[in-house]
Amino acid sequence: MASPLARPSNDWRPSTAGPAVQVRNFSRRFGDVTVLHDLDIQIGRGEFVALLGRSGSGKTTLLRTLAGIDPAPLDQVQTPTARAVVFQDARLLPWKKVWRNVALGLRGGDIRARAEAALTEVGLEHRLDVWPATLSGGEAQRVSLARALVRDPGLLLLDEPFAALDALTRLKMHELVLSLWKRHAPAVLLVTHDVDEAVALADRVLVLEDGRIAAEERIDLPRPRATDATFQDIRARLLAKLGVDAGQRRPVEGALLAFPSGEIVA
Amino acid sequence: MSSITLDRKTSSFTVPRFRLRGGRWVSPLLLLLVWELGSRTGVIPERILAGPSAVALTFWSMVVGGELPANLAVSLARALAGLAFGLSAGVVLALAAGLSRGGETAIDPLMQLKRTIPVLALTPLFIVWFGIGETPKITLIAVATVFPIYMNLFSGIRGVDARLIEAGKSFGLSQAELIRHVILPGALPSFLVGLRYALGVSLLVLVVAEQINASAGIGHLINNARDFMRTDVIVVCLVVYASLGLAADQLVRTLEARALAWRPTFIKS
Ligand SMILES: Nc1ncnc2c1ncn2[C@@H]1O[C@H](COP(=O)(O)OP(=O)(O)OP(=O)(O)O)[C@@H](O)[C@H]1O
Ligand SMILES: [Mg+2]
Repeated sequence: MASPLARPSNDWRPSTAGPAVQVRNFSRRFGDVTVLHDLDIQIGRGEFVALLGRSGSGKTTLLRTLAGIDPAPLDQVQTPTARAVVFQDARLLPWKKVWRNVALGLRGGDIRARAEAALTEVGLEHRLDVWPATLSGGEAQRVSLARALVRDPGLLLLDEPFAALDALTRLKMHELVLSLWKRHAPAVLLVTHDVDEAVALADRVLVLEDGRIAAEERIDLPRPRATDATFQDIRARLLAKLGVDAGQRRPVEGALLAFPSGEIVA
Repeated sequence: MSSITLDRKTSSFTVPRFRLRGGRWVSPLLLLLVWELGSRTGVIPERILAGPSAVALTFWSMVVGGELPANLAVSLARALAGLAFGLSAGVVLALAAGLSRGGETAIDPLMQLKRTIPVLALTPLFIVWFGIGETPKITLIAVATVFPIYMNLFSGIRGVDARLIEAGKSFGLSQAELIRHVILPGALPSFLVGLRYALGVSLLVLVVAEQINASAGIGHLINNARDFMRTDVIVVCLVVYASLGLAADQLVRTLEARALAWRPTFIKS
């Protein structure tokens, strides 16, 4: 093994006590437009956080920063070294067989076995050696999840990973993500447009608006979450924050709801 | 050029296949018949155009006599040598320009400039520089094939889906790994299009280059045949050139089927 000193020294390692993600006073501008304003966010180890916000509110920008795709000052943004992203479009390399996509960039021995184990966890052990182009949307997204999990991430970033899936597949994916999260216990940041999804899955829901956290809801309901009164309450509060009147029971312009109310069976 | 998406409906470039199906062989056959008939009845004199059967006989005797294989080997060697130089130079230049901004600034303008000069117009200059031996012929082919390779590979590299590159980065791929696992495979379909063009161009330029005082090769056969008004030999040589073109096409198609097995179009079949 290489000595720890040989690793790049700018890799921030979480101390055993601290949160997984620590964002302090972080701003992000594109030209004259400030997308994120002095943002402060903390995500605890193993905490499941959902991030809601209108289109263009800066959710993806934040996620890209946390993923290390866009650089950020170390004193403002601190994350675990092991991070993994699941994008809305699975982004599998079409020229690599499924298991090689999962193994992409893995170091160390027995990569195939590790990829296989991860694919088994998402129920795709029978699709190891096929081309990504032959996968259904849901399967591709599961491969994408396996590819993220095989890295044992301390932080799992999900950018609207289920938005392109049909309602039924989406519910199955919710269960899958929850079970994987329980087993591997990474901190999770789930970006979504779907309030029901956020409330059904997360420990905490953040609403991003004009580059600031405009609302925060802690959800202490046990999982799986039934659509009981508390659920509806939280949901209505979040919808109101997003400019949707939940009392109308149908999405108004901007269509933030994927399901009509009450349809969710988490 | 063709960018890689995960869209399952991605259309692949389609190439007209040399296939005679569903009665499509009737008219070519009819043409052959009429041609043969014209030759037999003397309507088409042999010094204008030899008949198909005469051509076939000549072809056979040239094969058996070893004249055709020997000259074909010379021509093929020329084309391959030129192609080898053109291909290597094209790949090196495209990698340099495609993978670095500095490389692009240095190389791309020169290549675009070069493109404006019709390669065959360089023939006189090459003869002055290199004489009338093998060098000008091979150089012509090399110069002509550089560009299709360069342009297609370069645009293939630049056209690789940025989202895939981003995904690769997010999974901790190093620059070298990105190039190896993401950028080069992503540029491969484009490169193969370039290769197909280059093969076609190399044959075209071969035909012209072989008119430069060749003492062997298919072009040499044609020149001799012209002097003796042997239209049968000329037609045999034309058929050989055509077969070379077909073979080149088949070669690329086989390469594609192997290298691009992941493409939805190939998966289906
Ligand atoms: N590279 C960039 N250059 C310039 N502007 C950008 C860039 N990336 C994002 N933006 C702008 O920043 C704002 C936030 O974009 P972002 O993608 O983070 O929104 P989002 O909340 O993810 O939206 P959506 O829900 O539609 O995905 C948008 O107005 C967008 O136009
Ligand atoms: Mg987004």
